[in-house]
Amino acid sequence: MSPPLLLPEEEGQSNPSTVASASPQSLDRFSQTAAGLKERNYLGLSDCSSVDSSTVPSLSDEKKENLNLKATELRLGLPGSQSPERDLDLFPLNSTKLDEKPLFPLLPTKDGICSLSQKTVVSGNKRGFADTLEVFPEAKYTANTRVNILLSPRPSGAQPTTIKEMPKKVVQESPCTANGTGAPISGSAPAAKAQVVGWPPIRSFRKNSLATTSKNNDEVDGKPGAAALFVKVSMDGAPYLRKVDLRNYTTYQELSSDLEKMFSCFTLGQCGSHGGPGKEMLSESKLKDFLHGSEYVVTYEDKDGDWMLVGDVPWDMFIDTCKRLKIMKGSDAIGLAPRAMEKSKSRS
Amino acid sequence: MQQQQKVAALSYSFPEEVLEHVFSFIDSTKDRGSISLVCKSWYEIERWCRRRVFVGNCYAITPAMVIKRFPKVRSITLKGKPHFADFNLVPEGWGGYVCPWIKAMAVAFPCLEEIKLKRMVISDDCLDLIAKSFKNFKVLVLISCEGFTTDGLASIAANCRNLRELDLRESEVEDICGHWLSHFPDSYTSLVSLNISCLANEVNFPALERLVSRCPNMHTLRLNRAAPLDKLANLLRGAPQLVELGTGAYTSEMRPEVFTNLAAAFSGCKQMKGLSGFWDVLPSYLPAVYPVCSRLTSLNLSYATIQSPDLIKLVGQCQSLQRLWVLDYIEDAGLDMLAASCKDLRELRVFPSDPFGLEANVALTEQGLVSVSEGCPKLHSVLYFCRQMTNAALNTIARNRPNMTRFRLCIIEPRTPDYLTLQSLDSGFGAIVEHCKDLQRLSLSGLLTDRVFEHIGTYAKKLEMLSVAFAGDSDLGLHHVLSGCDNLRKLEIRDCPFGDKALLANAAKLETMRSLWMSSCSVSYGACKLLGQKLPRLNVEVIDERGPPNLRPDSNPVEKLYIYRTISGPRLDMPGYVWTMEDDSAYLE
Repeated sequence: MSPPLLLPEEEGQSNPSTVASASPQSLDRFSQTAAGLKERNYLGLSDCSSVDSSTVPSLSDEKKENLNLKATELRLGLPGSQSPERDLDLFPLNSTKLDEKPLFPLLPTKDGICSLSQKTVVSGNKRGFADTLEVFPEAKYTANTRVNILLSPRPSGAQPTTIKEMPKKVVQESPCTANGTGAPISGSAPAAKAQVVGWPPIRSFRKNSLATTSKNNDEVDGKPGAAALFVKVSMDGAPYLRKVDLRNYTTYQELSSDLEKMFSCFTLGQCGSHGGPGKEMLSESKLKDFLHGSEYVVTYEDKDGDWMLVGDVPWDMFIDTCKRLKIMKGSDAIGLAPRAMEKSKSRS
Repeated sequence: MQQQQKVAALSYSFPEEVLEHVFSFIDSTKDRGSISLVCKSWYEIERWCRRRVFVGNCYAITPAMVIKRFPKVRSITLKGKPHFADFNLVPEGWGGYVCPWIKAMAVAFPCLEEIKLKRMVISDDCLDLIAKSFKNFKVLVLISCEGFTTDGLASIAANCRNLRELDLRESEVEDICGHWLSHFPDSYTSLVSLNISCLANEVNFPALERLVSRCPNMHTLRLNRAAPLDKLANLLRGAPQLVELGTGAYTSEMRPEVFTNLAAAFSGCKQMKGLSGFWDVLPSYLPAVYPVCSRLTSLNLSYATIQSPDLIKLVGQCQSLQRLWVLDYIEDAGLDMLAASCKDLRELRVFPSDPFGLEANVALTEQGLVSVSEGCPKLHSVLYFCRQMTNAALNTIARNRPNMTRFRLCIIEPRTPDYLTLQSLDSGFGAIVEHCKDLQRLSLSGLLTDRVFEHIGTYAKKLEMLSVAFAGDSDLGLHHVLSGCDNLRKLEIRDCPFGDKALLANAAKLETMRSLWMSSCSVSYGACKLLGQKLPRLNVEVIDERGPPNLRPDSNPVEKLYIYRTISGPRLDMPGYVWTMEDDSAYLE
């Protein structure tokens, strides 16, 4: 049940005791306060129809008392509503279904399908994306409901703050899937805690310092993904950069799919600076044409300052040496591949 | 009547020069503002002699407006991105570009001496412009800034003959070449303060040594992590007058002569009051700093991954300590020792060593903070990361320290209740705001309901900045804060169930604040539009990376919302994922 809201003109007749009992926590003095609420109706709100009851349903009393935090789920939007379908759903998930050509294939291949899959990611501990799904048998993962991918329960039951189709920026969890209502998957907690963006509130400088320290320090049990590793991602022609936390991913595929999400709006001309015509939705057919004509590759600058194609070396080695990423046209990237191969050979 | 006439006569007979002279003793922006409100002539006199300008939000006013009102400015401070940008909540490219300001000031303020920026984007071209436009340029402070490289720094070094301070605290600098330091000419000797702790790569150390040794007024030197320990002794010998030192990595192969050299060098630093740095500490080198410990007032060990016993040994020697920043390795035992030894402590910050781990890796609990609050009567500023808390502890802290002015508690797991009673922490934080009547800054965490906001609205009358995350139940919470906190200037909220009602009901309050940030809340696009339309002196910016919000229903919540008061209208440099809600006047054209 919704808690009573503030505006006296709406709650005009409600008596204080109703108000008090409706609140999740008993606010003894609340009734006094409610009655004494000053009407600050600067905008003539009671006339305004666009102001909806958009608050999230409050936690019921029992749940609060049991502290069954797992059941309390904050959702955006009206209670009971599902998040609306969005145009981004046009982008197919390129993980288990590889029949759609990914926007940013990590290796230029003849058949055009991302050949990365599990072969080049050789590090023994890292699982390919598809493998991780098997760990969570209850997960109802389907390629179409991308919604599922973005949510992950945290073992302690705290709230998933990344809500559904929040774009990549908000998603920090490793791919433990959950169904849309956030029912937690117990038992198979990842070694590192699933991360929420910007929480705990620690500056990047400090986070990166910690990360370097734990690498240098033998005693610290080097948990994978213990601290963030932000690198800048730029794209030819895009007006601004993005940053990704490489620790959020365990495979190239995840990285690729996130990059795709992030930069798709550029390639399709949706997010331009203001004044541009980018407000129309692209037709599905136009989009598919674009995907199949995929001409972009992802490259990275390594510690030596060389630009390499992403995907050649094992994932662990990659995150160790990657300083920044760049998405460039395939034609500009010719000649990078052989160098990468040689380099990794000479390193190992 | 006669009295009034006398007063009036007095003000006419007071020459401007005298008033100017009197005003010159008043530096605080707030007081200067008050002076300018007395009467028209005071406004005029004051504006011609104002030397320092502070712009808390670079988009609240245009450079032209500042220049017009204060033609003789010598020092400017500008802040750009919202605070939550520090935690990656603000996407790249949001804004905060200082370039328009520099360009305007290059023409208007040839005598400009100081530029201090926080969370702004500054390019090498801008740095170059600064270097070449202001002949008497003295102070450049770039806190959490980005967009520039060491090439820009080279230009500053080469051209600013009178530079005294170069502080790059926590900025993101593209480190192209460590030789930028060599661009300081040999004749240059006026450096007083240098902070390069954020630079990733080694600087040219011989150049640094020469620079430091020829600047007799060096007061503050903060090295970066790449600066090797075995060269520190030499550096210190060249500048024994240093008051603030930030070491580089505090580790090296254990060699007796390095240690003795270092200890001797520190012994020579009779003025040293502050130490920082200490990355990668090798504990056996710590005793080298013992000679200066008793005089230290400020100690930043927040990057030092040393364990509690070593920390205790070190901190136990610093009886004059006023400020301590440390990792939670200090543990409750260390904080007990701190409480017993450092009676002059004013500020404590305890950072998490393993913020993303699932469980506590150290024995640091609420008890440590309680001890310090008991033992240190001057403690007024706290930042504390921990994993558990109780209302009882918060209550005790509040009663012990009614002089608290800044209290930021971060319980690492969101929505953690009082671990003894399993209740919310409403009453604990309530006690803080009730007892600490001068509280200016507060950050909440743990399990919190609307009740805590009721307490805050009731008691926190001096509160200026409030940070809220994963708290509250309904709009009532937000309403309490907006309607009750009379001095609120900055409010930042994330992941709370606050929607339209409280915002719209308290819309006018927003014009009395510097800014409001809300992300992952429930504010609808429709409400944003309404606010933008009705309140022309606010910029209501919707940040939404899903695409244009008008493609979704009005009731759809926006991802992020940043509202700030401004007299310069909507900004023009927004990236594609930010929309300013236009005011009504825009439609009239």
